[in-house]
Amino acid sequence: MLKQIYLIKKSLTSSFFENFALIIPTLSYSNLKNVEFTLIIDQLDLIKVLNTLKKHINFQYNSLSCISGVDFLKTKYRFLVSYEVLSTIYNLRLRIKVFINDFSILESSVPIYINGNWWEREIWDMFGIFFTHHPDLRRILTDYGFEGYPLRKDFPLFGYTELRYDNSQKLIVFENVNLSQEFRVFNYENSW
Amino acid sequence: MILKKSESFKNLKNFTINFGPQHPAAHGVLRLILELDGELVKYADAHIGLLHRGTEKLIENKTFLQALPYFDRLDYVSMMAQEHTYSLAIETLGNIVVPIRAKYIRVLFLEITRILNHLLAVGCHAMDVGAMTPFLWAFEEREKLMEFYERVSGARMHAAFIRPGGISTDLPFGLLDDIFLFISQFSLRLDEMEEMLTSNRIWKERLVSIGVVSSKKSLSWGFSGVMLRGSGIPWDLRKSQPYEIYSDLDFDIIVGSSGDCYDRYLIRMEEMRQSINLINQVINKIPTGEIKLSNSKMSPPSRSEFKISMEALINHFKYHSEGFILTSGETYTATEAPKGEFGIYLLANNSEKPYRCKIKAPGFAHLQFLNDMCKNHLIADVVTIIGTQDIVFGEIDR
Repeated sequence: MLKQIYLIKKSLTSSFFENFALIIPTLSYSNLKNVEFTLIIDQLDLIKVLNTLKKHINFQYNSLSCISGVDFLKTKYRFLVSYEVLSTIYNLRLRIKVFINDFSILESSVPIYINGNWWEREIWDMFGIFFTHHPDLRRILTDYGFEGYPLRKDFPLFGYTELRYDNSQKLIVFENVNLSQEFRVFNYENSW
Repeated sequence: MILKKSESFKNLKNFTINFGPQHPAAHGVLRLILELDGELVKYADAHIGLLHRGTEKLIENKTFLQALPYFDRLDYVSMMAQEHTYSLAIETLGNIVVPIRAKYIRVLFLEITRILNHLLAVGCHAMDVGAMTPFLWAFEEREKLMEFYERVSGARMHAAFIRPGGISTDLPFGLLDDIFLFISQFSLRLDEMEEMLTSNRIWKERLVSIGVVSSKKSLSWGFSGVMLRGSGIPWDLRKSQPYEIYSDLDFDIIVGSSGDCYDRYLIRMEEMRQSINLINQVINKIPTGEIKLSNSKMSPPSRSEFKISMEALINHFKYHSEGFILTSGETYTATEAPKGEFGIYLLANNSEKPYRCKIKAPGFAHLQFLNDMCKNHLIADVVTIIGTQDIVFGEIDR
């Protein structure tokens, strides 16, 4: 049975961290099987929280597994950025979730977790979430000169442009997508 | 004649070259922009994404079951390891308990996959560095292993064998005997490869103290798998966060000491021997019983059943067309794939399609560190370092 333990904090106080830090060393993986810890925080606290989690002796989340973005279209906080951190000392994982809206920007985690670099570039590429103080925020997975943010829910699956080799011009040309068959979505209403 | 001082100095600029994207040693479509000082690499900028197929976007538009074959095509040399992680993530969300025989068969094929991957890693690494023969031997053995894949699933590589709730079909008659025959001769094949490489002077000159990663750096750069163990950190998810039946099996974590390419080569060779041992244990212990869930909403009925039962036929049709529904929830499930920690961050929202499926590929984290690993090495060492990282672009570009 998967159990989710959510710790939701709008404003973080040092006593919250102290209490949380006291229980971490008493936990072990074997009695926490199928339990996932999630910490939902305000975007302004992000760097402070990551810093504490990495450096506090009772946390020591020394490795960042990955950063993922999620798009919840048509909600107040449109994007979710979630950081998966791992402590090899205590053998524990923790997920730190930050909900942000369309226009907000996030502080880059690179000064704390140096491998956040490419993960953040990927999120910038796929969702268009901007990270301040990032050393090198370029697109990473899409083509040179690509426009749009493909993993947003309002981006169509087949994209906007396609490219082909044009034999008369002896060039590769970009064209608007032209589907010879209507795109079909199978949405079954009946669930059983 | 008096020379002006400014004229006696030449304005020198570093030479910048493109390495790839069609370089045979780049293991696929890696475009590196190398800034050189003579033959020393000063800066390496990796351009990835040339194999980007939008897997994560496609998965959001497929049912949970239809999304499974995409995972074979991510890291196309360790296929089953990834479909296994995906199945585990679905099982975690759906609270599914897999029958014990299915778990054994999964571990059997996970270890076969590990050998399959390490053979390619070591073989191709050797060929990049200049030793042709071990590569040919490794591919001979890979062919035999892919035959085992074919016998259970019908496909040599993209098996789609491990499914949510178990595995797709039971083992065919006589397969375990043949796997036993394979592992009883395979350690000899490993010995042959090691005789060619381990004490070979050229091999050692090219690998020892090349691409050294300290244990501190390997953790802070988010390494996993062989790259982490090569730097002396005994971290293996099969031991530290065991899944399936790994806690019942007896095996060792292989750890390097100096964190260079040679250590990682030795670890890969030794891990293959550990895998032989694991396969041997599984073959001896494997119980009889069910191979998938009996719940017909979460797994299809057997072929013999749906030929005589109307309900089974309906369930079969519904399962494969509509799929199954997972209640809202999220999970980050990670397993020890041959290349390192392969993770799935799966979000379900009460529908038959995943709302979001983030794929954490181990190679992505490793390739990020390429610049630091290559700094002040020769161009030829870049090839060694790409080889030791065991880069496969299917998983990095997704």
